[in-house]
Order: sequence, then C-alpha cells, then structure tokens
Amino acid sequence: MRYERPQTIEDAAALLAGPEAKSFVLAGGTDLLVRMQNDAFEADLIVDIKAIDGMDAIAETDDGFVIGAAVPCAALAEHASLTAAWPGVVEGANLIGSTQVQGRCTMVGNLCNASPAADSVPALVAADARVRIVGPAGRREASVLEIPTGPGKTSLAKGEVIEALVLPKRAAGSGDAYLRFIPRTEMDIAVVGVGVNLTVDEAGTVTSARVALGAVAATVLLVQEAADALVGSTLDDAALQALAAACSAAATPIDDKRGTVAFRKHVAGVLARRAAQAAYDRAGGK
Amino acid sequence: MSLDTTLQDKAFKSVGTRPTRPDGVDKVTGRARYGADFNMPGQLVARVLRSPHAHARIKSIDTSKAEALKGVKAVITSADLPDLSNGDEGLFATLDNCMARDTAKYDGHAVAAVAAIDEKTATAAMKLIEVDYEILPHVVDVDAAMAPDAPLLYDTVFTSGIEPAPTTPSNVANRAELGHGDVEAGFAAADVTVERSYKTEQTHQGYIEPHACVASCNPDGTAELWVCTQGHFVYRQKCAELLGLEVSKLRVTSSEIGGGFGGKTHVWAEPVALALSRKANRPVKLVMSREEVFRASGPTSATSIDVKIGATRDGRITAASATLRYTNGPYADMWAELGAMTAFACYDLEHVKTVGYEVLVNRPKVAAYRAPSAPMAAFAVESAVDELAAKIGMDAVEFRIKNAASEGTRSSYGPVYGPIGIGPTLQAAKDHPHMNAPLGPNQGRGMACGFWFNFGGQTCSDLNINADGTVTLAVGTVDVGGSRASLSLVAAEELGIDYQDVKAVIADTATLGYNDMTDGSRGTFSSSMATISAARNAIQIMRERAATMWDIPVEDVYWEDGHAHAAGQNHGNRAPLSVKEIAAEAGNTGGPIAGHSELVADGAGVSFATHICDIEVDPETGSSRVVRYTVIQDAGKAVHPSYVEGQYQGGATQGIGWALNEEYIYGADGRLQNPGFLDYRIPVCSDLPMIDTQILEIPNPNHPYGVRGVGETSIVPPLAAVANAVSNAVGVRMSHIPISPPRILAALADAQDG
Amino acid sequence: MSSIAVSTTINGDDVEYLCQPDETLLDVLRNRLGLTGAKEGCGTGDCGACSVVVDGRLVCSCLVLGAEAEGRSIETIEGMADGSELHPLQRQFIEHAALQCGICTPGFLVAAKALLEQNPNPTETEIRFWLAGNLCRCTGYDKIVRAVQAAAAEMRGEPA
Ligand SMILES: Cc1cc2nc3c(=O)[nH]c(=O)nc-3n(C[C@H](O)[C@H](O)[C@H](O)COP(=O)(O)OP(=O)(O)OC[C@H]3O[C@@H](n4cnc5c(N)ncnc54)[C@H](O)[C@@H]3O)c2cc1C
Ligand code: FES
Ligand code: FES
Repeated sequence: MRYERPQTIEDAAALLAGPEAKSFVLAGGTDLLVRMQNDAFEADLIVDIKAIDGMDAIAETDDGFVIGAAVPCAALAEHASLTAAWPGVVEGANLIGSTQVQGRCTMVGNLCNASPAADSVPALVAADARVRIVGPAGRREASVLEIPTGPGKTSLAKGEVIEALVLPKRAAGSGDAYLRFIPRTEMDIAVVGVGVNLTVDEAGTVTSARVALGAVAATVLLVQEAADALVGSTLDDAALQALAAACSAAATPIDDKRGTVAFRKHVAGVLARRAAQAAYDRAGGK
Repeated sequence: MSLDTTLQDKAFKSVGTRPTRPDGVDKVTGRARYGADFNMPGQLVARVLRSPHAHARIKSIDTSKAEALKGVKAVITSADLPDLSNGDEGLFATLDNCMARDTAKYDGHAVAAVAAIDEKTATAAMKLIEVDYEILPHVVDVDAAMAPDAPLLYDTVFTSGIEPAPTTPSNVANRAELGHGDVEAGFAAADVTVERSYKTEQTHQGYIEPHACVASCNPDGTAELWVCTQGHFVYRQKCAELLGLEVSKLRVTSSEIGGGFGGKTHVWAEPVALALSRKANRPVKLVMSREEVFRASGPTSATSIDVKIGATRDGRITAASATLRYTNGPYADMWAELGAMTAFACYDLEHVKTVGYEVLVNRPKVAAYRAPSAPMAAFAVESAVDELAAKIGMDAVEFRIKNAASEGTRSSYGPVYGPIGIGPTLQAAKDHPHMNAPLGPNQGRGMACGFWFNFGGQTCSDLNINADGTVTLAVGTVDVGGSRASLSLVAAEELGIDYQDVKAVIADTATLGYNDMTDGSRGTFSSSMATISAARNAIQIMRERAATMWDIPVEDVYWEDGHAHAAGQNHGNRAPLSVKEIAAEAGNTGGPIAGHSELVADGAGVSFATHICDIEVDPETGSSRVVRYTVIQDAGKAVHPSYVEGQYQGGATQGIGWALNEEYIYGADGRLQNPGFLDYRIPVCSDLPMIDTQILEIPNPNHPYGVRGVGETSIVPPLAAVANAVSNAVGVRMSHIPISPPRILAALADAQDG
Repeated sequence: MSSIAVSTTINGDDVEYLCQPDETLLDVLRNRLGLTGAKEGCGTGDCGACSVVVDGRLVCSCLVLGAEAEGRSIETIEGMADGSELHPLQRQFIEHAALQCGICTPGFLVAAKALLEQNPNPTETEIRFWLAGNLCRCTGYDKIVRAVQAAAAEMRGEPA
C-alpha cells in the first residue's frame, strides 16, 4: 500500500486514475481507517486530499456556500453565516460521531462512504446541494442525490474525486432541520433520519419544500409526496399528519440490529413532523 | 497467628476519610502500565484465528503455508496443547475454550494462533491458515435450546439433578432446586397472585481495556507472564495446570487493570500466549481486539425466567416460586443456580422454591459479571413484586418493607441471616426526598432491591516497616478501583500512623503467598482483614523492639496512636516511641521489622441495596432517558467513601445500560452482529444524570471494622428499577430486557390494539 | 510496502520517525515512540481512550495515520502536566476520585482540556455531550463530570 499527499486536485485525480486497483481518497479517515482495521480490507493506494490548497476552506459566494471536501464537520458550526443560512445541514453534520470524530470527519466523506444512515446526507439532499467533481475527464457537477447508488457504492468513476460541496443561496423565509433517531443520546448510527428544507411566504404558507429520509432504504430518499403534503399549507395538523403518513409510506427499511421495519416506518413519520416544525419555525412561519 | 475479627467499637481516624490514591499521579499522567503497555526484548506479536461459524466440526487445520511465511516463529492449534480429554472436565473446558479441540462451539471460538515478528506478518500468516469445517446446526436462544428438537451441542450431556436420570441427551446440563416450605400450600393461601415470564438478553462486562498479556517461556522451564487480570495467582495456577508447567516456575505479574467486572477472572488468551512462547522460544505479546473481546470473552447469561408470587390482601407474601433458565455458553457451570439462590434473598418467605436450569448454547462461554446471575433474577422478581403490590393496591416500598428479610430470617437459599441491610435501605428509600419528588409528563418512577453474597477467601499480605518508619504494604489482590488507597487507610488506622506514610503495592506471584481473585467484592474486605492482621503482627514486633530499646519486659509495652508506650509505674516517665524511632533502631534491635499475614477471610457479610429511578419516555418514539437515579446501599463500613460511591455509581450505570440498550445480537447464522461499541451500546456520558448515593453502615460483625464487600450489589437492582420506572411511565409491563425503543413502542402499540 | 519518514512536533518537541503507510498515529505513539499514555480501547473511534489533539483539534489517534502527522503539532497526555506541576484537570480528577481503573483517564483528560480551552464555563450538559465520545465503564461519569466542573472553576480563578 502507498500513501500519497498530492498538492493539487488534478494530481489527486491522476493518482486515483492510476494503475492501482484499490485506491481510496482519504479525507477525515473516520470511515476509511475503521475499514482498514478489518483483516479483510486491502488497499493499494491512499490519496490524502488534506494538503490540497483550499480543500479546508468554506467560501461564501454569489451562488451560495462552497465547502471544501476536507473541511472537518467541527469547522462548520464555527462558521456563523453558514450556520445561520443552513442550520439543518450543520446540525446533521454535527451529529456525526463524537467530538473527536467531528474534529476529522467531512460531509463529503459521509456522502462518499454511502451508508444509508449517513447523517449529513438527508439535510444536504433536502437542501438540494451539489458537488463539484474532478476526474481524468475534467470537471463536472452533480446533485448530492446522484452520488450514493447503494450501501457502500457511489456513482463516482475511477479517478474521480469530489472537490467541494455547494449549498445554494438562500431565499428569504427559508429554514431547514435534520432530526435522527438513536437509542442513546450520542455515538449511535441513525435508525431513522429526516431532513426537511422549506420556504414560507409572508402569510406563513409553505411555498416550496424538500423532504429527505435516511436509514429507511438502500440510499437516501427524496420524498415528493411528503413535500407535496407541506406545500400550500401553514403546517397545520392535517398537513403534518399527511407528511407523516407520506414518510412512513415511502420508507422501505429492513429489520436489522438497529431497528425493526415497523419501528422505522413509524418513527420516520414522527421525526418528519418534528423536523418540519423546526424548519418552519426557523423559516419564520408561525 | 489467627486474627481476632471481633467488631471493634472505636472511633476511626483514617478509615472513612477521603485521601488521594497512591496510584493517582501515574494514572493521570499516562505513566501507569496496563496490560498492553509492557514489552519485552525480542518480543513477537500473536494473532488468534477464530471460527466464523457458530457450530462446526474442525475436520482439519493446515498451518503449513502460515509456517512457511517469513517472520513467522510459531503456529499452534489444539494439537500443540495438552490433551485433557480424559481428565478433569472443568480443566478440559477451560482449555477447549482457549483453543477449540474438535469442534468450534461459537462464533469467535479460537481455533489456531500465530506468533510472528510483527503484527502485519502475524495477520498475514493467520490468513494463510486453512481450516476445513463441517458446519453443524447451532442454537443460541435459551428457550430454543431447551426445546425437545433443539440442535444438540453434545450427545453426551444428560441433565443432572433430575431423578430418574434422563436417558436422552439435551442441552440442559443441570437442574438445581432450592427453597423451603410448601409453595403450593402457600399459593393456596394467597388472595392475589402474579405470574409472569421474563427474558433478558446477553450482555458484556464492557471493560475498556481489552485482554492483553506478554508471555515469556525460557528453555529451562521457567516462564513469566505479564497480564491484566483480576487474579494473578489464580491465572498462574490455571495456566500451569493447563499447560503442564510447574507452578513455582511461572511468575505472573499483574499489570494495572483497565476494568474487569468479573471478565478478567477467567483465562482466555494467556495459555495461548504461553504456548506460543514455548514453541517459539521468544516472548510473545497477545492483545485482543475489541471485536475479539466481544466475540470470545466474558458475556453474561441470556435468561428466560418465570416467576409466581402470591400475597394476602393485607400485603403479606404467602409463597414465591421461580424457574430460571440461564445460558452457559458451550460449557456447563452454575449460573442459573446462582440466580436461583439470589432471586428471593431480599424477602422473608415461609414458602419459597426456585429451580435453575443450566442451558448450553452456541455462544461464548459465560463469565462472571459483577454479582453474576443476580441482576436477571432480581429483574424478574422485583418486577413481579411491583406488579403484585399494585394489584393489592399497596405502595411498592411499603409492600417490600412488610416482607423484607431481617436478622434471623432463613434466607431462600438456606442460611439464617445475621444483621442485614435490606430493611434499612428500604426505609431510607421511603424517607428519601427522591421518593416523593414530583414527576413530569411522560415520566415514571421505579424502585427495586438487590442482594449479593460477597466472598472472602484466601488472602496473604506483607507489611514492611521501612528504615525511615514509613510502611510498604504488599497485597495480592489486584486493585480494580482504588483498593490500594483503602488498604493504606486500614494499615494507617491499625498502626496509628499517617495515611501518607503507607504505600500499598500489588505484589507478583513470586513475592507473596497465594491470593484468590479480586472478585465477589472481596478485594477490600479480605485484604483489609489481612492488612489488619499483618499490622497487628508488626505491632507485636515493634512492642518487642521497644521493650529491647527500653530494656523492659514486652508485657509492659502497649501500642497506642502509632507509638509504643511503657506501662506501669516503674516505666512511667519514658517518652513514647514512634514507629520512626523504633524503625531507626531496627538494625540494633533484631533486624528489619515486618508483619505478615495469611488467612482465609470468612464472613464477608451479605449486602443489600435499594435503588430509585425516574425515567422519561417519548411515547411517539419509545426513546427513554434516565432523569434521576438514587442508590442506597449498605457498606458495613465505608473505608474510603469516595470509592464506595464510585462502586455504587458504576454498578448502577452498568445496570442501566443492561436494562435499556445493551444486548448481544445474533444473526440467523449464529454470528454476533454487534461486536463493537458503536452497536453494543453502553451508556455514554450524555445519557445519564448524576447518580446520587447514600451509604448506610450496618457493621459486618465478622470484620474488625465492620466492612462488607461493596463492589457488586449495585448492579443488581437497576434492571428492575428501570423496568418498573418504564412500566409506570408507559402503563404497560415491560418484561423483556433490554427495554429498547422498538420494544417500548411495540408494547405501546399492543396495548392500544388490545 | 516501504516506510515513510515523518517529521512532526509532539508536546512541543521535534520528533522524527519512520512508519508504515497504514500504521495509525496511535500505534506510532505507543509502539514506536513509547508514548503509551494514549490507550487502545477499540481501535475504531468508539471509546476515546486514544484521544490526542492534532493542530488544535481533538481527535482519536486510532483514526489518524502516522503519515498524516507530517508537519503537524500533536499534544498527548504525556505533555499535559507542566513538569512536576499537574494540570488542574489532572489534580481534580485525583481529588474527586474521577478514576477507578484509570484506563479511560488519559482520554478524558485530553478531551476535557480541549473543552475548557474553547469553553471555560461549560454547563453540565455541555460537558456531558462533549465527553460522549469517551467511554468509561467504571465510574458512571458522575465524578468525572464533577472533576471537570471543579477544574473549570479553578481555572477561571473561582474559589473552590
Ligand atoms: C465513532 C464513529 C461514530 C460515527 N458516527 C456517525 C454518525 O453518527 N453518523 C454518520 O453519518 N456517520 C458516522 N460515522 C461515520 C463517519 O464518521 C462519517 O461517515 C464521516 O462523515 C466520514 O467522513 P470522513 O471525512 O472521515 O471520511 P473518510 O473516511 O475519509 O472517507 C469515507 C469514504 O469516502 C471516500 N471519500 C472521502 N472524501 C472523498 C472525496 N473528496 N471524493 C471522493 N471520495 C471521497 C473515501 O475514499 C472513503 O471511501 C461514525 C464513525 C465513527 C468512527
Ligand atoms: S481506541 Fe481510538 S477511540 Fe477507542
Ligand atoms: S475508570 Fe475504568 S473505564 Fe473509566
């Protein structure tokens, strides 16, 4: 196994496109190093992207926020305007692991690890975030939703590396929230996760909404019916009930060591209601 | 010299204070050396190959490729270990658990091991070992294992303890029955009865330090072992017996230990490390990974328990019975019997009967875990007691007070109690402000009692008076949580000197006589007996030396406040001699001064506790949080109250984890699915409130200072206290532990449907 | 697989070592540099016993490669006391009996120090959540939280 620390994103992509069969990007390493502990794990090349200029920066531009792929999640909460604009995205990312894990883990790593339970991903999908990808064939952009294709699998081609996440500019009257269910208060993997992002008009009517579910299917789910339940409402009980029902119905979870099908479907609805309420309050709805 | 253990009526000077511990600085600076912190020159690294199957016959093992790998110095399988098949069953089982002989009996069972120059090479070699398995049907669930058509672990096990002896083999190794009176007559006299079945899942002690050791065998037959253990003398004995070594030639040093809770009372990897070292002729370091710790060491039993209790309308229990089925792993022990002994120990019962079944399953060998077997039995019984109290409309504490055992009660497991603390802990609970504090919405309060025997056992200590008058105390019971501080306090108390002038150390097996394990809450109890004895012997010598210095008869010298005093009119104006003064003259008065002691500490004194727990449940998600918790326990005498409180808080927390979230989860293939701290969910800091403690001191009449063991009882009540609290919060009886959110939600849904 | 030469700073001292590309910082500290104060309780980021600070951020050293330490500044438990003067946290842990077996203690101390550096007056809840990645199986956390509170008060110069 080789360890490389390229200085540019192009070099990183070139290394990853090289002859090695098993190459991995190393960001925070909080997934990769855990996998490396396993006797069955084998790697030929590890490409550490943290020395690349700008990878650890958060920039506020005309398009919104550009978050470098190596920004540790702990740094997100330290960025005041990002937290003000996208509190749900930041709270989702900040739920990952412990203080120690926060010091290292990245949202892009969370996304590329492609766990169905990844905590930052539902809020990113609800936010309609995009990623900037650099590969042997040049640059491209994709929506976050397109990246994970199944547990542990992504749509990234060999040699491709994500450079940054882009969060869109915020319309007035917008708010987002992420809630997850875990048995303990910390240090658990989500049994269900719900991200809600919405915009309200001056009357408090929801004009647009995106609702995403984590840990209830092979990949994160963007639930259109759930969004439909919210749009046009002032988040009255009927809308919240419809939202909960849509989320429970959309969830197609499995029974596993972390929860049962019945539990996950039910709790997806409960959390969706609560997350929608939090997003609504943040958006200034009343 | 035998120790006069009469309880002394005295005012303590050192005992009961809270000085800082002697090993504190080492531990806060990172200098303390634990199991994995030690290395030897030329040391190899070991890895153990483990069965991926729950049950499989080992047809063959081919180690040739591993042996051929450069850097590999030894590969062993059970063929390299003594064949104990026709010897003592217990020894055979211990060794078979260390390395499977014919059959892998659980996921994680060791089948081979490698020692190589570094970890990478050892791992590579491990992967080159080829094992040909014939997969056998397996069973992991306790009730399933008892079913008539269950896959059998052995066709040679016929349940003992049943008349006439069964003629068909089964997974039930033994049936044990305890109790007295006539329960049927008792139930007939009851106005109200409660009958319910309970289940608890398997948990792990969860010590943060994985098992670790360094073994070094020399060609001349001598060997050294550095290891984290709760009992290095016992490890020495066991390893010597298993490997055919001479006890005197094996020297075992106990490292600082990063938690054990019973799990480091059994040998696992140590015989393997020694065998590898013997074959390689080099020191070998073996450190288990966390996954190995979960898969192959120390869980407690999973259980299935039926309880029936009857009472009269005015709240008097007329009869109680319980059937307890405990998994043992693949090797028979007496875990259910222990549960059966403890189940009703808190109560004064005329008619009581408990039956315990030891059930063999394809899970790791069960190891002791803090008051082993008692928490599950207490969960079932204390749940039923609560339900019964509710049924007759009586307050849960009142009902327990009315039926509590007291001095003179014949216990459900046989002996008649001396002075005991169950009544006082219940009364203290009743009077505690926690009991009457208001509850918020979705909150429930539960309480429960618990009992543990406590052990004494073989103990040996040396107390050396140094030339400067300070004292070194060498004990053989491993310090698992501050006992060096407590024992130093005891030595200071008995000698009448300053705590700061005593330094306690844990001696290795070559420098002190045999000591039993630090288990059964015996560490401070028994070693304090030995320390008192050693101190009294040293005082005797110091009196003699003072007599020599003064040239008066020793009978005229008495000991008080750390000084020799001359008694009687003839010697009236001699200034008392301090320990320092006597020690300074030791070279001229007969040489070094030391007090030794060796004894079997009897009369450990049973221990009782009552816990109160408040829980808040989110009825929409089944999420629960402990919002307030109080532990009330009898300590006999709290030698170092801070560490007594620490034992109460730690035990309660382990019990809370067990009650709410901890469990071994097996797949249909019999493999453990959660061998790590992410999915084996022990309580984290943010899960808990402060844990309040109240120490009661009902002196143990069999100890000079009244000390009882305190380490274990605190884990007994929490399962039931939490279950009662949740049941009260949601209005549904929770009978399956852990009471995880899906179980709470399912129970709520059932209640709504029904 | 060939070794990588790394130059780094540990507890203020320049340190150089060779390590394998897949070797963790925890293994480097413990096996190559003799700094065994960081403990391995899990090797997978779950217990916090291996906590160290890298360039001002609290991390699990079992989830950092030794090779990544190049040019960084690392603080471990061994550098916490100032000569013979214990850090207030170290002293308060001893005085509050905040350790039983002590295996978790170095990790808790390193984590708590990082907390107090960025929040000198944390609430009990803040302490508990910050320390949620440090497992202790012995104490029930009560005395640990109290020791951190006491150290924080002392460091703020408040009377005990
Ligand atoms: C103790 C612990 C607790 C955890 N708790 C949670 C939790 O609560 N919720 C949760 O969601 N996760 C949790 N995780 C998992 C993990 O921390 C997160 O998934 C984290 O966000 C991963 O980020 P990273 O930067 O550390 O990823 P890395 O480990 O560096 O990388 C993860 C994967 O993504 C790939 N990758 C990384 N960056 C890029 C890039 N720029 N371009 C292309 N591919 C890339 C890597 O090759 C690797 O396959 C936990 C992990 C641990 C150890
Ligand atoms: S050893 Fe690093 S977190 Fe447990
Ligand atoms: S003191 Fe033992 S794990 Fe914390």
